[in-house]
Amino acid sequence: MKRFPLHLALGFWAMVTAFPLLWAVTSSFKSDTEILTSPWTVPEKPRWDNFGRAWNEASIGQYFLNSVIVVGGALFLTMLVGGIAAYTLARYRFPGNRFIYYLFVTSQFFPTFLALVPLFFTVEQMGLLGTKLGLILVYATFATPFTIFFLHAFFRTLPSAIAEAAFIDGCTHWGVFFRVMLPMARPGLVSVAIFNFLGLWNQYLLPLVLNPDPENYVLAQGLAALSTSQGYQSDWSGLFAGLTIAMLPVLLAYVCFQRYIQAGATAGAVK
Amino acid sequence: MSVLTRPVERAAAPAPPAPSKRRKRNRGYGFVIGALAPALVLHVIFVVSPYAQAFYLSLTDWNGVAGKANFVGFDNFERLAGDSLFLDAIKNNLLLLLLMPAATIAIGLFLATMIQRGGSDGRSGVRGARFYEIVFFFPQLLSVAIVAVLWGFAYNPNNGLINGVLRAIGLDGLARSWLAEPSLALFAVMAVMVWSGVGFYMVLFSAAIDGIPREIYEAALIDGASGWTTFWRITLPLLRDNVQVAFVYLGMVALDAFALVQIMTVGPGGPDGATEVMGLSLYRTAFEYGKFGYASAMGVALFFGTLVFALVALRGNKNRTELA
Repeated sequence: MKRFPLHLALGFWAMVTAFPLLWAVTSSFKSDTEILTSPWTVPEKPRWDNFGRAWNEASIGQYFLNSVIVVGGALFLTMLVGGIAAYTLARYRFPGNRFIYYLFVTSQFFPTFLALVPLFFTVEQMGLLGTKLGLILVYATFATPFTIFFLHAFFRTLPSAIAEAAFIDGCTHWGVFFRVMLPMARPGLVSVAIFNFLGLWNQYLLPLVLNPDPENYVLAQGLAALSTSQGYQSDWSGLFAGLTIAMLPVLLAYVCFQRYIQAGATAGAVK
Repeated sequence: MSVLTRPVERAAAPAPPAPSKRRKRNRGYGFVIGALAPALVLHVIFVVSPYAQAFYLSLTDWNGVAGKANFVGFDNFERLAGDSLFLDAIKNNLLLLLLMPAATIAIGLFLATMIQRGGSDGRSGVRGARFYEIVFFFPQLLSVAIVAVLWGFAYNPNNGLINGVLRAIGLDGLARSWLAEPSLALFAVMAVMVWSGVGFYMVLFSAAIDGIPREIYEAALIDGASGWTTFWRITLPLLRDNVQVAFVYLGMVALDAFALVQIMTVGPGGPDGATEVMGLSLYRTAFEYGKFGYASAMGVALFFGTLVFALVALRGNKNRTELA
């Protein structure tokens, strides 16, 4: 029992962490009156219709789909262009290699806010404001410096012997990248893909500025807009249901794959 | 965003050898150009060029009309120095920077030490360590916008979680309008930042403590060191680099804080500028008032603030780490 104070401390923080989340999930099953009168009791009977209302009338379903398309497209694009750029910078010598590498990685230190105004007009002039393609391109471009930074170090650690053998067998440079190096880099690719997925799925500032059309809202943006719009303040239960819909997939994926996800999410700091 | 890493060994991987040198080498350059072009083109259009333009725009009075940007020198910056709302924003960002990283790191370190060294013999992990880690880490996976919406509800004075719990345990007197009282609002926002950040740094520190050889702790225990002493004399010095990285990351979060403030607070940025942050001022000035030149000047100010912070935070550690 000597360990009791320790478990008390750990248990306390576990509760601080979990309680708001459980509270939101519980509230999503309540009626509006229950939420208003007894905010922290269990629902009398689960109200599944809250979820239907959130999904359809509050457009959470549409926002969810938009997020999947935009994040999926951007993730694919950044992994492809970032991966091959990282490989080239890590394993080929040519004039300007260092310069290009630093051109990418130093941009991570610039606050996004600094670029915001010119970025808005660049996207507008290209006719991409409020389009999914515009968001995909900007998301991918903003994720690429980290992708390059992380995979650059990873490609450097891979042995050269297999690539050399492939060259001798007449494999092209592209062939070596796609058939030899990319498969060998899989652990690194998984980590950086998870990291990028979380980062892109959680974007708020970029869609807020570049994606003003409510039909194209991504999930985080749509939910935030709902919670601050005056007209929707009355439908508490629907809002909680929307919040739960937004949290639950992440929660489930995390419980199933937590080791990979923790490794991926901390990829930036524990290299 | 990643800040610190050990320098990569140069000359580790030579270019792939080629049997017939000249022909292969030329094809190699073709490959290099083809492989780098897509990433470079996107980077120049959406990153390099906007950043470069921002510096120029900050010296103009541009309000969005094509071709009507007059060069005004440093006028925008002079106005900024007298803009009381922006000065409030700077003050609030600095307060966040001063308190939030320290609180997050302290709690993270405490929890990590408990988990890794809290076992009954004083040097092994505590029972249920994995469970605690999983729970603590979860907020890190939620979008900051989702976190903001969640806590916006939780702080609601009438039917929110916080006041609900306070009333339930008989502490009605402590119930407050958390986001509506000027003296509380910024701390309410700060608490959310700590809440969502602790788990991530706990996992980082926990992994680092796990990497410290157990013999060191055993030797200290034999010499009669208390848990407190081993923490100050062994764990903390060996985690110096990790703590520094955490401080830099968290500092960048503190200098941002936009999403939480914009979604959660009244105004947003209120009450009466109590939660105003630089990013919010910039966003409002640009996309609500259309003063793009002035907004760019705010961006430049934010940039130099971040730069100064990073240089100070990394000071004295040049030998062992390098930027990027």
